[in-house]
Amino acid sequence: MSATLIPISGLQVASRKDMGEAMAQGGGCSSGSCGSSQGPADMDPETWAKVKDHPCYSEEAHHYFARMHVAVAPACNIQCNYCNRKYDCANESRPGVVSERLTPEQAARKVLAVAASVPQLSVLGIAGPGDAAYDWRRTKATFDLVSKDLPDIKLCLSSNGLALPDHIDEIVAMNIDHVTITINAIDPEIGQHIYPWIFYDGKRRTGIEAATILRDRQMLSLEMLKARGVLVKVNSVLIPGINDDHLIEVNKAVKARGAFLHNIMPLISDPAHGTHFGLTGQRGPTGAELKKVQDACAGGANLMRHCRQCRADAVGLLGEDRGQDFTLDKLPEVIADASEARTAYRDWVAEERRDRAAAAAQAEATVAETGKSTLFAVCTRGSGRINMHFGKVTEFQIYEADAEGIRFVGHRRADNYCLGGHGDKARMDEILRVLEDVPYVLCSKIGAGPKKRLAEAGIEAIDGLAQDYIETAIAAVLHSKTARPGRTAESA
Amino acid sequence: MALKIVKSQCTVCGACEFECPNAAIKFKGDAYIIDAEKCTECEGQFDAPQCAAVCPVPNTCVPA
Repeated sequence: MSATLIPISGLQVASRKDMGEAMAQGGGCSSGSCGSSQGPADMDPETWAKVKDHPCYSEEAHHYFARMHVAVAPACNIQCNYCNRKYDCANESRPGVVSERLTPEQAARKVLAVAASVPQLSVLGIAGPGDAAYDWRRTKATFDLVSKDLPDIKLCLSSNGLALPDHIDEIVAMNIDHVTITINAIDPEIGQHIYPWIFYDGKRRTGIEAATILRDRQMLSLEMLKARGVLVKVNSVLIPGINDDHLIEVNKAVKARGAFLHNIMPLISDPAHGTHFGLTGQRGPTGAELKKVQDACAGGANLMRHCRQCRADAVGLLGEDRGQDFTLDKLPEVIADASEARTAYRDWVAEERRDRAAAAAQAEATVAETGKSTLFAVCTRGSGRINMHFGKVTEFQIYEADAEGIRFVGHRRADNYCLGGHGDKARMDEILRVLEDVPYVLCSKIGAGPKKRLAEAGIEAIDGLAQDYIETAIAAVLHSKTARPGRTAESA
Repeated sequence: MALKIVKSQCTVCGACEFECPNAAIKFKGDAYIIDAEKCTECEGQFDAPQCAAVCPVPNTCVPA
């Protein structure tokens, strides 16, 4: 919440350089690289055109573009063991949680207000808190209103898939290019431990029957959407002991049916949430367990690794949430759109992207010579640059550099939901814990104390490369490190 | 012969409203209520009352 997006005034700039500076001051995407790590060279132009501004579908895009969810669809047709429908909270960030529900009219007003003050906005998603396809009347009404006012904003929705096949034609007619289906199992024996019941065809169904119907409808949805050229992202919740090994099968199955991206997310489980899993002590996976499953899916459907598991009313770039700035009571009376600001911003991004791609390619060529794998923890608020103070960071972007090049491999949180009240020492301990296997931290600035503590733990903090592109900075560090042994060899 | 919604339990998700085959459920004020005149408990229409079958909270759509 501390990072602010650049206001419209920040866009009235004379040059691209000014825009870059406005971005650096005002904040921006607080995440690294992600998702489909592919750029325009890796996919057909039609697909690239669809994903290039969607932060959840493109590694590239989430450096620059913001999404918002509006919580207009509270009704759901299934029960999941990780969901408690009675739980709302303003301070927690995870799927399904909202602080206020909106009617389609209220939602359209909110979208207009956000669009007018957040030029990075490119996507409106409906992701519950129930099911967007089941609660279709509200979803559709919202999309109809928004697309009338803001034709340049992309629409997307998220669903469990059970009701999706009933609305495919309308989805296509509304130009919805992106649909997310949550698929946690393709084997009903496993599914029955995740879904206690579904409501389908006038009846509540349980056990194997429920899990089988749900699986079949999910596969049908995926196939129908794929056939119509809609990009499908599959979300899977990793539940240790229930579907961890099985998710590799899910990955293969969804790839075979044409899923564009597979997002394997950790179960969030806490007794205080009142979910079945929370109350029965089902734990979520560790970072290492999550990475193991993700790595085991290599060669299957492309993995999204930058998901922040955002709320059903999130607003902003991934990794930040400005939802509380745009609650109904804070919306202005009269809202004038500023589509020219979004256009200006998108033009700026187009140029910035070309520069960054060129810088990254050059950096990768340098790194390829050094060979061995090294991890870097990057402090960034977006635009693919080192531009965040170590002390301000709530999550590190982890990059890996090796002979294959430089790539984003995940984010690690250093605040872990609620460390409030534990003080700086606890925070530093947590940082040292999450960066255990990371030798370098890249940040725009760092205090002497933290720098020393990191050094004692064998982590070198580097703040001399502030504002550089991430890949360029990593290449520079590796270059300086490998240069030294070279000199030693010469002198020997 | 009708059901009612226990307001303190209701999450106000509205699933019952559009599953009700008799259009007996309406949002009034800040809650969903069942019109006892229209409610048939889905007798002869479904195996079980649709509102109770779809409701995410146990014991919320109950006999009046």
